[in-house]
Amino acid sequence: MLIKRPTDYLPSEITSETVYRRRREFVKAAAAGTILGATGGTARADDSGLRQLANVAASPLSTFEKPTADKYVTHYNNYYEFGTDKSDPVQHAGRLKTRPWTVAVEGECRKPRTFAIEELLKFPLQERVYRLRCVEAWSMVVPWIGFELGALLRQVEPTGNAKFVEFTTAYQPDAMIGVRLPVLDWPYVEGLRMDEAMHPLAILAVGLYGEVLPNQNGAPIRVVVPWKYGFKSAKSIVRIRLAGKQPSTAWEKASPREYGFYSNVNPNVDHPRWSQQRERRIPEFFARRDTVIFNGYGDQVAQLYAGMDLKKYF
Amino acid sequence: MQPTQGQIGALKALVFVAAVVPFGHLALSAIWFPDALGANPAEFITRSLGDWCLRFLLATLAVTPLRRATGWNWLLRLRRMLGLFAFFYAVVHFTSYVAFDHLFVVVEILKDIVKRPFITVGFSALLLLIPLAATSTNAMVRRLGAHRWRALHRLVYPIAMLGVLHFWWMVKRDVTEPAIYGVVLALLLAHRLVHAWREARSGRATGAHAVRPDGAGPEAQVPAPTQPAARAASGADSAALRSTDRSPA
Ligand code: HEM
Repeated sequence: MLIKRPTDYLPSEITSETVYRRRREFVKAAAAGTILGATGGTARADDSGLRQLANVAASPLSTFEKPTADKYVTHYNNYYEFGTDKSDPVQHAGRLKTRPWTVAVEGECRKPRTFAIEELLKFPLQERVYRLRCVEAWSMVVPWIGFELGALLRQVEPTGNAKFVEFTTAYQPDAMIGVRLPVLDWPYVEGLRMDEAMHPLAILAVGLYGEVLPNQNGAPIRVVVPWKYGFKSAKSIVRIRLAGKQPSTAWEKASPREYGFYSNVNPNVDHPRWSQQRERRIPEFFARRDTVIFNGYGDQVAQLYAGMDLKKYF
Repeated sequence: MQPTQGQIGALKALVFVAAVVPFGHLALSAIWFPDALGANPAEFITRSLGDWCLRFLLATLAVTPLRRATGWNWLLRLRRMLGLFAFFYAVVHFTSYVAFDHLFVVVEILKDIVKRPFITVGFSALLLLIPLAATSTNAMVRRLGAHRWRALHRLVYPIAMLGVLHFWWMVKRDVTEPAIYGVVLALLLAHRLVHAWREARSGRATGAHAVRPDGAGPEAQVPAPTQPAARAASGADSAALRSTDRSPA
């Protein structure tokens, strides 16, 4: 498959310089004791003490848009297992146990296998600066670090029956204060069609802003699918199942009328709670940006949906 | 307990200042230090203002039950201000939505009001609040006459219900918070039903009072229940209010 480079991409070195400048800003803000900085929730070293990620390559699939400051990316999260308020995860996700960690890859494949997180961290890592569009009509630009989901899936040799991929999120009732309420059908399950999962833009992220993922962002490993609403990108993955049938996903089960299986970013499909026409780029006040179909990744992914009625398969 | 005029004046000033504080905090933070409002300051502002609107609505509705429970009739003299603050917060809440979410584009706002059920409900509540705010002055009480004024101001019950429904439909999954407001509102309304029922029963038993055809605790809504004309003429917010507990129902 020929992958066109996003039109807005600058071929030079990715954000690293801005990134580190912004990190310094963040440290200053933390020292100033703002509510964003002072919670101290961004303990970045994971349970094994790993912090900085080495040998991270740049990627032509990154956007040149300015990344959203670290303090916002790490203090404004939807991770319902740690509470439904977006300031909850940074406060409570510290209790997530991220070691030992394994990801079982199973189902319709010839070589099902369980990968230890240490093995997964050895995949060739790239920085992918992606736009993130939440179904709640806000957006960010996030410098993820990760590797292509397809690279992992190929290792287990999917069979011809594998039409879908189902992701299951960690369920740690002792650590996750949010799962005490049946807000969603725990554990959180998400899914993709096989061709979506194999698309080079779909990644498994293990890092953010040069370091390992903070827990509230889905440590130690999560899915990132930049052309879909954020909730499709499941966090803290423990199982990946290749399936013949379309998986039934957490939000779809909760409210099928509102959250479809595809959930591609699409300003032409209304949502009963949020207008999807425009979006607010965190931390701006005004929702002044027009939302673009497939979150601006149409050049890369539109062909996946050729001939499909996107209003029906929303 | 019967505070002096001066004490009541001071209390009102205090409540006024306290009621302005949330707005002031949001406005100043937005201007000087938006980070204090988190990563999405606009959302924080809209939501806080919505919360305060609902809180003031409930506070307004709490006056009558509290007054009955404590016998502090002077509490009534705070009620108009509480109600007007509910209106104030509704207006600024609406304004923040109009500005931050829709950049003042009228067509879009209208479409949104029609399309999104929780917005439809919130907007209905705001519209219904307008006549109440407009008739909150002594002059308007006089002009309408206490009976009609009271009937009109019973709109506050559906308004508060719409407010809770609006919140309920806004949340994605976790309805804990709207449920808490809902329970408080239910208690405040239940108090009125129980009170009206008791009054009706004792009225029937003694024959001392005519039961009002409009039922649900009418004196809850009016500053000057008995002899409406005389009371209203004397100024709804003044001395008349201190002796209001002998209401007809
Ligand atoms: C009496 C009238 C109203 C009351 C009592 C009220 C109350 C509330 C409450 C309690 C919330 C939730 C706050 C939270 O999450 O903590 C809310 C949210 C909201 N309200 Fe209202 N509201 C009213 C009128 C309106 C009107 C007229 C509009 C617009 C037409 C509106 C638009 C919104 C929006 C957009 C949100 C969600 C903000 C967000 O998700 O970021 N409300 N309101």
